[in-house]
Amino acid sequence: MGLGTVAEGDKRWWWNRNVIMVLWMMLSVGFCIGLHCHMRTESLRKAGETLTSMCEERARMLQEQFAVSVNHVHALAILVSTFHYQKNPPALDQVTFANYAARTSFERPLLNGVAYAERVVHAERELFENQQGWMIKTMKREPSPVQDEYAPVIYSQETVSYIEALDMMSGEVHWNQEDRENILRARATGKAVLTRPFRLLESNHLGVVLTFPVYLSGLPDDATTEERVKATAGYLGGAFDVESLVENLLHQLAGNQEIVVNVYDVTNTSEPLTMYGVHLPDGHMSLSHVSMLDFGDPFRKHQMKCRYRKKPPVSLSSITTPSGIFVICMLVGYIGYAAWSHYDNVKEDFRKMEELKKQAEAADVAKSQFLATVSHEIRTPMNGVLGMLDMLLDTDLNLTQKDYAQTAQVCGRALISLINEVLDRAKIEAGKLEIESVPFDLRSILDDVISLFSAKSREKGIELAVYVSDRVPTILTGDPGRFRQIITNLVGNSVKFTERGHVFVQVHLAEHVKMVIDAKTGLNGHANEMNITSATTVFNTLSGLEVANSRNTCESFKMLLSHGASLSCTFRSGSVPESIADKVTLVVSVEDTGIGIPVHAQDRVFTPFMQADSSTSRNYGGTGIGLSISKCLVELMGGKMNFTSRPHVGSTFTFTAVLQKCGKSSGVNTKRSLSEVLPTCFRGMRAILVDRQPVRAAVTKYHLRRLSIITEDVRTINEALHTLSGQNGYLNSSQPGKQPSIFLIEKDSWDPKIDFHIRNQLLQRKEAGHIEDVPKVVLLLTTESDKTRAGSHADNIIVKPLRASTMATCFQQMLGMGKCQNKDIVDNSASLRGLLDGKYILVVDDNKVNLRVAAAALKKYGAKVECVESGKSALSLLQPPHKFDACFMDVQMPEMDGFEATRQIRIMESKAYKEAPPDDGSVMAKRHLPILAMTADVIQATYEECAKCGMDGYVSKPFEEAQLYQAVAKFVVSQQIPGSS
Amino acid sequence: MESDRLQKIYIDFASVVFREEFLDNQYTQLQQLQDESEPKFVLQVGTLFLEDSEKLLNGLRSILDQQDVDFEKLDACVRKLMGSSASIGAKRVKNVCMAFHNSCKNGSKEGCLKCLQQVAQEYLLVKRKLETLFKLEKQILAAGGSVPVLSQ
Repeated sequence: MGLGTVAEGDKRWWWNRNVIMVLWMMLSVGFCIGLHCHMRTESLRKAGETLTSMCEERARMLQEQFAVSVNHVHALAILVSTFHYQKNPPALDQVTFANYAARTSFERPLLNGVAYAERVVHAERELFENQQGWMIKTMKREPSPVQDEYAPVIYSQETVSYIEALDMMSGEVHWNQEDRENILRARATGKAVLTRPFRLLESNHLGVVLTFPVYLSGLPDDATTEERVKATAGYLGGAFDVESLVENLLHQLAGNQEIVVNVYDVTNTSEPLTMYGVHLPDGHMSLSHVSMLDFGDPFRKHQMKCRYRKKPPVSLSSITTPSGIFVICMLVGYIGYAAWSHYDNVKEDFRKMEELKKQAEAADVAKSQFLATVSHEIRTPMNGVLGMLDMLLDTDLNLTQKDYAQTAQVCGRALISLINEVLDRAKIEAGKLEIESVPFDLRSILDDVISLFSAKSREKGIELAVYVSDRVPTILTGDPGRFRQIITNLVGNSVKFTERGHVFVQVHLAEHVKMVIDAKTGLNGHANEMNITSATTVFNTLSGLEVANSRNTCESFKMLLSHGASLSCTFRSGSVPESIADKVTLVVSVEDTGIGIPVHAQDRVFTPFMQADSSTSRNYGGTGIGLSISKCLVELMGGKMNFTSRPHVGSTFTFTAVLQKCGKSSGVNTKRSLSEVLPTCFRGMRAILVDRQPVRAAVTKYHLRRLSIITEDVRTINEALHTLSGQNGYLNSSQPGKQPSIFLIEKDSWDPKIDFHIRNQLLQRKEAGHIEDVPKVVLLLTTESDKTRAGSHADNIIVKPLRASTMATCFQQMLGMGKCQNKDIVDNSASLRGLLDGKYILVVDDNKVNLRVAAAALKKYGAKVECVESGKSALSLLQPPHKFDACFMDVQMPEMDGFEATRQIRIMESKAYKEAPPDDGSVMAKRHLPILAMTADVIQATYEECAKCGMDGYVSKPFEEAQLYQAVAKFVVSQQIPGSS
Repeated sequence: MESDRLQKIYIDFASVVFREEFLDNQYTQLQQLQDESEPKFVLQVGTLFLEDSEKLLNGLRSILDQQDVDFEKLDACVRKLMGSSASIGAKRVKNVCMAFHNSCKNGSKEGCLKCLQQVAQEYLLVKRKLETLFKLEKQILAAGGSVPVLSQ
């Protein structure tokens, strides 16, 4: 479900991203197109502006040029008026005019030529013709018909001489008529008048004819039309070659190639007449400009139309800029998209990683759990295998079979211990291992560990010893199991790797050790010198062999001993600093004289499944997991573990552990139950110990001290004998009866000859009355085989490792004390037998077979069992007062089932209680009879149902010992307190 | 050594019985319960079981023979048989009884009949095994040996 939504969300997310991308693309395309359009219009507008200005410029110039020409014509008109009419006789003739006109033609480059036509009224025609000597002719060079007036050309420039004598007012209708009108208009207005454009005769260019009136004289500016007509003397005309005019003009100007200029006569607006330019089709008319032209003729209107020759090209920038921007946009989009997808990918990867991490973690936990489960699962059947092997070994087997079975058993045990270790390791890894916090007795744990390895150490002949500083409290709170595990592991290793010499476990207080080491620094130099001496030197250690960090141990041990004594004295009298703190830090060291750890392997000693080298496991067995577990455990206990080792000399593993002091309130009780109970009957006894090795002597003394035996140690037997006699006298005076009763001799001070010697000496002394009783001689040995060597003269032999309880037993036997009365002993190892022994139990079941089996099982544990087959008979038997201590009730019975019977019993009980209130404890105790349900299927008889009808618990049928024990222990314990005493 | 041979036969036979789950751990526990005070405990319980079961089987048959089966009564009988078979360690009988019990709960006569058949079958089998075991034990004792304590 959750996954589904995630996927859906993902999809939508993905979809969104693409849509955004597409939108972005569209947006940028739109923007670019818009930009392109904008730029194009802008460029068009600019082109238009340029066109306008160019056009205007052209128009203006054309106009100016034209005006200049017109002015010249005007000037010519004035010339004619002046020299032809105001002079008498006229100072002008054809030759002069032509000459003058030709010479001034540079002033009128646009005019092909000029001509002057005189106004001749019909009345004066004959006179005029006579005067001139030629006939007035029409344009078609025919003699002019009769008209009101004529305008024959009398003077003309050479270029247009062909029109001489032609009547300008005659001619073809279509233009001469206009000519005529022009002339009339010119003289009426007094201004230059233009014809409409036509093809000039010579050049075939388009042109116009300019007509300018010449007045006789002195015509005022504001003369009326009539006055002007009257004063008109003639007309000066010129043909304008517009085409070349414009051509010239355009040539002078820049940008000529780009634009097309057309000049039109638009007097008749509906039908513009082309004056210049080619009339192009309207394809390129998109951009054009029209400028009005004023050629000085108010009647005629002209205009100039400009446009680009070519469609203005699309400017490069209007394409490149948008496309550049588009490319940038696309790039930006792509970058965004890529970044987005990358982000998504990374996010997805991250999620996957997280998932994988979780999986890996889960796998790790699962691995540990799997290990734990599998180990557990293996352990269960293995216990069966071992148990069966045990049983097999009890049966009659021949030697070979026995050997096989024993081998199998040893292997099985090894496997079990390995599995346990793996289980521990797995538990530590899974973080499931919790350190308990219960009170325990360190010394007895150490004793246990020592005895565990006693067989091995005896076999190998190595000295195995424990020393716990007196200042370590008896009861500490911590995890005894784990503590034992660590020490067992370390001692086990040491014993395994040691072939001669000793394994020595010491426990001191951390602050004590520190103090001693501080104090000892001055001694170092001396210690060095001592150690450098040859290998034959007997070292001051437990067995006399060199140890790995001998400099520290042997010297400081002595110091510790002495300091311990002195300090404990001072502390006892004065303040005890560490007692303020609740915590005690112990330093435990396990010292051996074994093969040591090769230097190259020392840094991986604590790595699981790593042994010093591969040959180790071949030679010594083991898996190498133990140390790593021990280290973990030590760390869990808040301590540290380290070691020093010298190959072929030995190793010393040291670890610290932080334990809590036991609260004083619970002290006595817990001490009683936790400690291995040592007999107290040796209190005040004295013993003499003969030992050459002070360290070993200290250990022996430690054990004896635990038995409250006062010990004096001497180096040699003679010394001891001397002490004995010396002490005798002294003792007799002050403490009678307190003479040494035990004479402990280390094996290396012993030989059979001395044996006799001692015996004799002792006997002698007794006879002499020096001593009342001959002290018993106890020989301390390391190996079993030494026993034979020892001879029979010793009263007893103790094979090491020493253990307070073993020593106690030995002394008891030897001194004939019998079993020490020790009231403290409470059998706490409560077994079923202990619980049920002598109890009266009623078993109710309708099934005879079940009844029989249950009864037998209970009887086995010492109970007195009575059986009934129905609830009713049970009721009758349980009528109070009754003798029963408990009742086992089947749940399923005909007539009256277990629940019903129980209810009835409870009713009976409460009734009886009301009738006869209890006056003593025992009745009180029996008021509530414990009733346990027996059922074949546990599910049906849930505890609630049992409790509802007044049952105290249930057991499954057939009985399982553990369950039975649990159920029975509950009520028996609760009863025991009032019941005992 | 006659007793050794017998013991071997006994162990071989018993291990087959255990392997095929006619009997389970409970039977060995019964053997462990047997001591000087009750030297024939297992035999007694075994015989008791066989007798009891015979009766119960007959009871079951008669209940199932009737037209209207009283399933409650049937179930009580089955439970009883289950209990005693569990006590003696007759595992296969017990297992069939459990199926029988379920059939009773479901009220399926057909299933009950089928189970009854199976139970009868298993009962006969275990009976034969037990009888053989007892016979062997007797022989071993007669030969002066001790009955080996078995384990699964």
